[in-house]
Amino acid sequence: MRREAPQRLADYGPLLFPAGMLIVFFVIPFATMIAVSFFQRDPAGFYSTAFVFDNYARFLSLFFGKVLGFSLFLAVTVAICCVVIAVPFTYLLSRARRRTQVLWLVALLSVLSLSEVIIGFAWSTLFSRTAGITNLLVAIGLMSEPVALNPSFGAVLTAMVYQALPYTVLVLYPALVRLDPTLTEAARTLGASPVKSFFTVVVPALRNTIVATLIMVFIFALGSYLLPQILGRPQHWTLSVLITDQAIYQSNMPFAAAMAVFLVLVTLGLVGLTLIATRKGEAA
Amino acid sequence: MRDILNATVSRRGVLGAGMAGASLLAMPSILRAQEKSLKVGVYGGYFKDSFDKNIFPEFTKATGIAIESIAEPTGEAWLVQLEQAARAGQAPADVSMMSQVAMLKGQATELWAPLDMGKIKNGANLIERFVNKYPDGRVAGIGAVAWYITLVTNTAVFKEAPESWAAFWDPANADKLGLLALVSNSFLLEVTAKTFLGGTNVLDTEEGILKAFDKLAEVKPNVALWYRDEAQFEQALKSGEIPMGQYYHDVTGLAAADGHPVRSTFPKEGGIQDSGCWALSRASEKVEEAHVFIDYMSQPAIQATLSRKVGTAPTVRRDLLDLTDAEFAAVSSDIEPIIPRYDMYQTKSDWLNQKWTELIVG
Repeated sequence: MRREAPQRLADYGPLLFPAGMLIVFFVIPFATMIAVSFFQRDPAGFYSTAFVFDNYARFLSLFFGKVLGFSLFLAVTVAICCVVIAVPFTYLLSRARRRTQVLWLVALLSVLSLSEVIIGFAWSTLFSRTAGITNLLVAIGLMSEPVALNPSFGAVLTAMVYQALPYTVLVLYPALVRLDPTLTEAARTLGASPVKSFFTVVVPALRNTIVATLIMVFIFALGSYLLPQILGRPQHWTLSVLITDQAIYQSNMPFAAAMAVFLVLVTLGLVGLTLIATRKGEAA
Repeated sequence: MRDILNATVSRRGVLGAGMAGASLLAMPSILRAQEKSLKVGVYGGYFKDSFDKNIFPEFTKATGIAIESIAEPTGEAWLVQLEQAARAGQAPADVSMMSQVAMLKGQATELWAPLDMGKIKNGANLIERFVNKYPDGRVAGIGAVAWYITLVTNTAVFKEAPESWAAFWDPANADKLGLLALVSNSFLLEVTAKTFLGGTNVLDTEEGILKAFDKLAEVKPNVALWYRDEAQFEQALKSGEIPMGQYYHDVTGLAAADGHPVRSTFPKEGGIQDSGCWALSRASEKVEEAHVFIDYMSQPAIQATLSRKVGTAPTVRRDLLDLTDAEFAAVSSDIEPIIPRYDMYQTKSDWLNQKWTELIVG
């Protein structure tokens, strides 16, 4: 079947529904948020309509800069960990028997059904001194006494990678299944070891997919708000945690909106830079 | 304007009657619930469970008004939701239990419908400071319950109960504390001022507040968890994972009664006494039912039941209550309490919040 470009206005009809949904559920709320970020904060109550830059001015400080820096660092680390684990895993999975693949995918999908709260509390129990995994290590004689592994950066990172990994695998899976097996076969017949052919053939062939996956996991992790609170110390709280504090607990909507707008802008900027860098790399 | 409002109400009434008539034919029992009902917001968890079990069924039996209880988050989350809903003319709950800071903030936006004390006969029983008023004298809320935040410990880890809030500063308790994460609900500045700086009057000036912040900063290495979610700390306290901290006296007492190894101690400087008001959202259409409810809740007998079953400190005068000394001690204390400086959170909230966040995150 040949695809034809839309000829008449009515041909664009099917676009109306998604466009409408996007406007109602994304464009309008986002525009509202931008508007609120310029409103005047009323410390005694909520806010009044105005056009002031106070909220952005307050954000531009070393303190919030550090928090933003940490949030970005955490999200990047989660994205890299997920991709480093998921690419070899998904590659092996896509070469496995059909039945094995189905089992793994079902297991991964079931992880997706867990809420962030359950994941957070489960890991905080696993990392606890009183009931955690260190008790097992004590039982088999590897440690002398159980210790608490949270709150710590490692605990936050582990739980966030755990949460994001199924998404990573599911995004990589279709690309790896479609990867032409003759590519690696050719590499093997020319004498490359399986590991070498993986790094010199599979990874470069998947370059765009990997970059796209990194960006997706990065954005997914950037919004994390519960896990840093449950498993981290205050210095591991992300900007999302502080945004929630302002919006929910301090009822300072304008400042919360300003922080959120800033976060979105920085995110878009980073994603843009990554795409440009990738394209340059391709051209070279 | 008033005519228009009346017209709207009566049209709603006609519609309601029509629907009620239709459902009467189908399901008579549901009709009763629809006709006289009230949505009441109560703090989620133990609090809501206890009210659902011990208070609301009796109220429905006595007045015929069905209660739909709604679990509120603590802090100002519920205030924000109520305010935003009221702007849209909605009331997620008609009557809500609100903290004092939330009451002040709600007053600023006229969120609370003024209450008619003529319809709340039992209001005369209340201790004066539990009647929350607008600056012009209209009544914004009526004291629902009072509670204490005290020094709590896990009895398996701490064999001896600590005597003073100063235990938080003890270097021996490194990484053992669970403290509330927000300046406006932990009241740790008041605790610091009372314990080390001679009283909460020092918080009158910014200079004094900064002095309290400096002293409070010394606690940081001892804190394992700054919690927003109470369940998280409660769980850790029960298991001994985080064996010391600040928590609610009543909830700790209930947990201890359930057999968990926890205790609540009134330090010699006093427990932190906080209280909640019943307040009616201006968007609510259940004004009559709300007054009946608030009046019912202000009876000495109900306040005594609350103390016995829910573990809250009563808001009515003690001489009207039939609580024994032991029952009173279980929910309150003769040690003079630390009363939070609500005015400070109202006038300096952003500055305090900024300093606080820098203190614990930085």
